[in-house]
Amino acid sequence: MAALARKVEPIRGSSDAETVYELTGVGKTYARNRVRALEGISLSLQRGSFSSVIGSSGCGKSTLLKIMSGLTPPSAGRVTINGQPVMGPRRDIGMMFQHATLFPWRTTLENVLLPIEIRDGKAAARKARDRGADLLKLVGLEGFENVYPNELSGGMAQRAAICRMLVTEPDMILLDEPFSALDEISRDFMNMELQRICTETNATAFLVTHSIAEAVILSDHVYVMAPRPGRIAEVIEIDLPRPRTLDMITTPRFGALVERIRTRLDQGDF
Amino acid sequence: MTETHAHQPADTIWQEKVSLLDQIPRAVQLAFVAMVFIGFWQLLTMSDLVPPIILPTPLETLNDMIFVGRNILTGDYMAVSLWTTVRTVLYGYALAIAIGLTLGIVVGETSFGERAIMPYLVAIDTMPKVAFAPLFVAWLGFDIDSKVALAAFIATFPIVVGTAAGLHAPDANARMLFKTMGATRWQTLVKMKIPTGLPQIFTGLKIGSVGVMAGAITGEFLGGGNGFGELIRVAASQLNTPRVFSLILYLSFIGLALFAATAWAQRVLIFWHKERAMGE
Repeated sequence: MAALARKVEPIRGSSDAETVYELTGVGKTYARNRVRALEGISLSLQRGSFSSVIGSSGCGKSTLLKIMSGLTPPSAGRVTINGQPVMGPRRDIGMMFQHATLFPWRTTLENVLLPIEIRDGKAAARKARDRGADLLKLVGLEGFENVYPNELSGGMAQRAAICRMLVTEPDMILLDEPFSALDEISRDFMNMELQRICTETNATAFLVTHSIAEAVILSDHVYVMAPRPGRIAEVIEIDLPRPRTLDMITTPRFGALVERIRTRLDQGDF
Repeated sequence: MTETHAHQPADTIWQEKVSLLDQIPRAVQLAFVAMVFIGFWQLLTMSDLVPPIILPTPLETLNDMIFVGRNILTGDYMAVSLWTTVRTVLYGYALAIAIGLTLGIVVGETSFGERAIMPYLVAIDTMPKVAFAPLFVAWLGFDIDSKVALAAFIATFPIVVGTAAGLHAPDANARMLFKTMGATRWQTLVKMKIPTGLPQIFTGLKIGSVGVMAGAITGEFLGGGNGFGELIRVAASQLNTPRVFSLILYLSFIGLALFAATAWAQRVLIFWHKERAMGE
């Protein structure tokens, strides 16, 4: 746990928050068919904050996330993490996808340690075994270290994927509809787990989702995107108290926020 | 009991129907099919439809198999023949695996290989490869080299295709994941693409293991030497059909052993696949 302790003091919501991740005027035009996928995206994410981006399919959410993770270069603008330019995949950016994508020939722990093995070699991965085990404990997978993924349920696999994302202690975590392949009950539960894990590790998170309720329950800020070209139509601050609970879904404030986002999404330009 | 609980409905426990044929143990099923086959064979030889010189009886074949088996076990000339053929098959298979995997990786991993090399491989693959046998004999002589070459030549293509298909097996998520981890091309290949593609690679290897037998025997038919192929050719020219039959059966044991060894390696290497492949 020593490795995690560094990040444990919760400073969420403190006024002197520092900017971890910044996008300035980011645009993406695909040269082949001259489609403008993104235009003028500017946002800055504070340490320990949770932000979501929501929008209809084809509004450029995935492209945005690919640029933020360093998988694709932007064609305009600047992307920085801790002041450094993002010019490709980086170890201080963790990413998680819709599918857990655990490899069946590796045990759960070996899957979790994969990013370290790739970046620093097998010896470093061996040394990090304790940290990997601590992370598995954090997500409630204690005792599953040496189990192969085909014995894990969908929700357990996604938890292992969370550990794999966190094992390099990234400053920024990017989540691409991470629980959308799960059933609704597991999904609600995993969202609460995600909140707890983010708080405990003081992670700065950016989530792409289709679900308005999911965006509201998890986020400090929701970025509503409009398509053609993909741009941020509105930023909505979610002022629900922390920690969030599933009960809040039935409160009037929650309903009002969901309504506001839905109205924004329903406006003509979609 | 039933009378005191007369009003309580009975538990609805019932058996799923499994057809009688499926309830028989597998060993019995296998033996049954073999017996039907041999019985039909016996009837055919007893009828006047086929002259005995063309089709030997099962018993004649069995007797000849015992003779051949003795000859092999005593280290006589047939043991030398068997060893020649086994060596040819093993060298051919090893060569096919080495070339097949290498070419498969080039074709499956590089777009140059896929665009510029694969079309030629497909073109060569569509040729009747056995027709190359005289060329191999002319180039490599009557020793086992020419047979090894033909065997490897036939077995290489399915391995190339299997390997290339295997490298295309990983989905977009796995590729993206490796990219975000900053994996090099080599790491992506070794730690992700090859393990993911092992099932397809082994499909290629299994087809190759069958092809290598065909290639070795064809080479021995056409290029002489002292292998089993040559023994079969001689026996056939003497109309010694029981001998031909028994030699073919011994050859099928070699083929089965090679296939079984490949299937075993597959089960050990792809330990996470629980389901069995067809024909095992």
